[in-house]
Amino acid sequence: MSHPPAPRTVEELTITSNDEVVTVRQKVRATAIELGFSLVDQTKVVTAASELARNTLVHAGGGQANITIVQNGARRGIRLVFSDNGPGIPDRQLALTDGWSSGGGLGLGLSGSRRLMDEFVLESEPGRGTVVTVTKWTR
Amino acid sequence: MAVQENISRRHVEALLRDNEDGILGRWVQISNEPLRGRAVENDTRKELQEIYHAFLRSMEDPDGASELRGLLSDLSRSRARQGFTPSETAMAVFGLKEAVYEFVETDGGEEALRGFIWLSRTIDGLGLYTFESFTAAREKIITDQTEQLLELSTPVVKLWEGIVAVPLVGTLDSARTQVVMEKLLQTLVDTGSEYAVIDITGVPAVDTQVAQHLLKTVMAARLMGANCVISGIRPQIAHTIVTLGIEFGDIVTKATLADALSYALRQSGVQVAGMRPGRAAVRAEEA
Ligand SMILES: Nc1ncnc2c1ncn2[C@@H]1O[C@H](COP(=O)(O)OP(=O)(O)OP(=O)(O)O)[C@@H](O)[C@H]1O
Ligand SMILES: [Mg+2]
Repeated sequence: MSHPPAPRTVEELTITSNDEVVTVRQKVRATAIELGFSLVDQTKVVTAASELARNTLVHAGGGQANITIVQNGARRGIRLVFSDNGPGIPDRQLALTDGWSSGGGLGLGLSGSRRLMDEFVLESEPGRGTVVTVTKWTR
Repeated sequence: MAVQENISRRHVEALLRDNEDGILGRWVQISNEPLRGRAVENDTRKELQEIYHAFLRSMEDPDGASELRGLLSDLSRSRARQGFTPSETAMAVFGLKEAVYEFVETDGGEEALRGFIWLSRTIDGLGLYTFESFTAAREKIITDQTEQLLELSTPVVKLWEGIVAVPLVGTLDSARTQVVMEKLLQTLVDTGSEYAVIDITGVPAVDTQVAQHLLKTVMAARLMGANCVISGIRPQIAHTIVTLGIEFGDIVTKATLADALSYALRQSGVQVAGMRPGRAAVRAEEA
C-alpha cells in the first residue's frame, strides 16, 4: 500500500588514494551525525567505512563508495556500498575469518566491519570485482 | 651538410664571443622585464653571465654540458624558492635568443642566420630543461614542507625523568604514524627513558591500520627495553576496538594521560602524594 521512500544518495565518491579514503570517512561521519546516530554508533560506522574503503584501495587498486540514506518504517539508516573491479575474493568464507589476511594486515577489516554494522552483504566474483554493502539503522 | 652546419655553428660561436658585453646586457634586460623589480639586476647579471660562459664552454667541449645543466638547475631552484613561476624562469633562458638575434640581424650574413637556427634549437632545449628542473625543485620544496609539518604535528614531550609522551591528534595515516613511531623511539634513546605514553585522546577513530601501527610501535619500544602505555581510549573508541576484534593483549592502557603518568611514576618508584587523576573529556570528532 504505502511505498517506502526511495533511498537518497548523499555522496558518490571515488577511492583512488589515501586522501580519498579520508574523504569517505569524513562524509560518512557527517551523514551519520545528520541522521542522529549516537557517538558510539557514529564511530562504528566511520570505522567500518575506513576498513572497507581501505580494502577497496589496497586489495583492488581503487573503486567507488556510495553513501545513501535509507528508510525502513520509522527507522532511518545509512547504507554504504563499496564497489571495485579488482581481482575479487576467491574464498569469501576465508576472507571473513577473523585474523586471515592475504597481506600483512590484522585480517579484521572485513569480519570486524560485519560486526560493526547491522547488515553486511559481500558479493565477489574472482576476476570481476567486489561489492560490499553495509547498513546501520538508527535506534 | 654536416660540414655546413659546423661552419654556421662556429660563426655563431664567434659572434657570441665577440659581442659578449652587448648580448649579455640585452639578455639581462629582456629576462628582467617580466620580473617587475623582484630580482636585483646584479644578481641576474651574475647568474646569466655564468650561464653564458658555461654555454660557450659547452660548445667546445661536450663535457661542458653537465656544468651548464648544473647552473640551469641552480637558477631554477633559486627562482622556485623566490616564488617565480616556471614560465618566468624558462622565459629568462629563452630571452637569450632574442638578445642574440639582434646581433645576427646586424651581421646580416647567411652563415649567421643558419647558425642562429641551430642556436635557437639548443636554447629551446635548455629552456625546457629549466622548466623541468623548476618543477622538480618545487616538488622537492613541497615534500620538505610536508615532512616539516609532519614533524611539527607530532611532538614527543618529556613528562618526567624517564617518561616521554606523544599525544596523537587527528587522522593517523601510514606516513604520519611512521614519523610518530620513529620519533618516539628516537626520543626514548636520546632521553634514556623507560616509559613511553602514547595518548590517543585526539584520534577520532581507531581502525585496524591505526591499531596495527600502535601495536608495532609498542613492540619496537619493548625491544628497546621500554614500556609503553596507551592512554586516552574514549568509550566510543573502546566499543569499536572490541567489536572489530582487535586485541591489545598485555599492553597497559589507561583512560587518561594523567592516569598513564601516575601509573608510570608508580612503576618507576616515584611517590606521588595526594594525586587524584581527573578524567578529561575531550571531543575531537572530525574523522
Ligand atoms: N575489495 C577487495 N578486493 C579483493 N580482495 C579483498 C577485498 N577486500 C578484502 N579482500 C581480501 O580479504 C582479506 C581480508 O580482508 P580484511 O580487511 O579482513 O583484512 P586485511 O585488509 O588483509 O587486513 P586489515 O585487518 O588491516 O584490514 C584481505 O587480505 C584480501 O585478501
Ligand atoms: Mg582490510
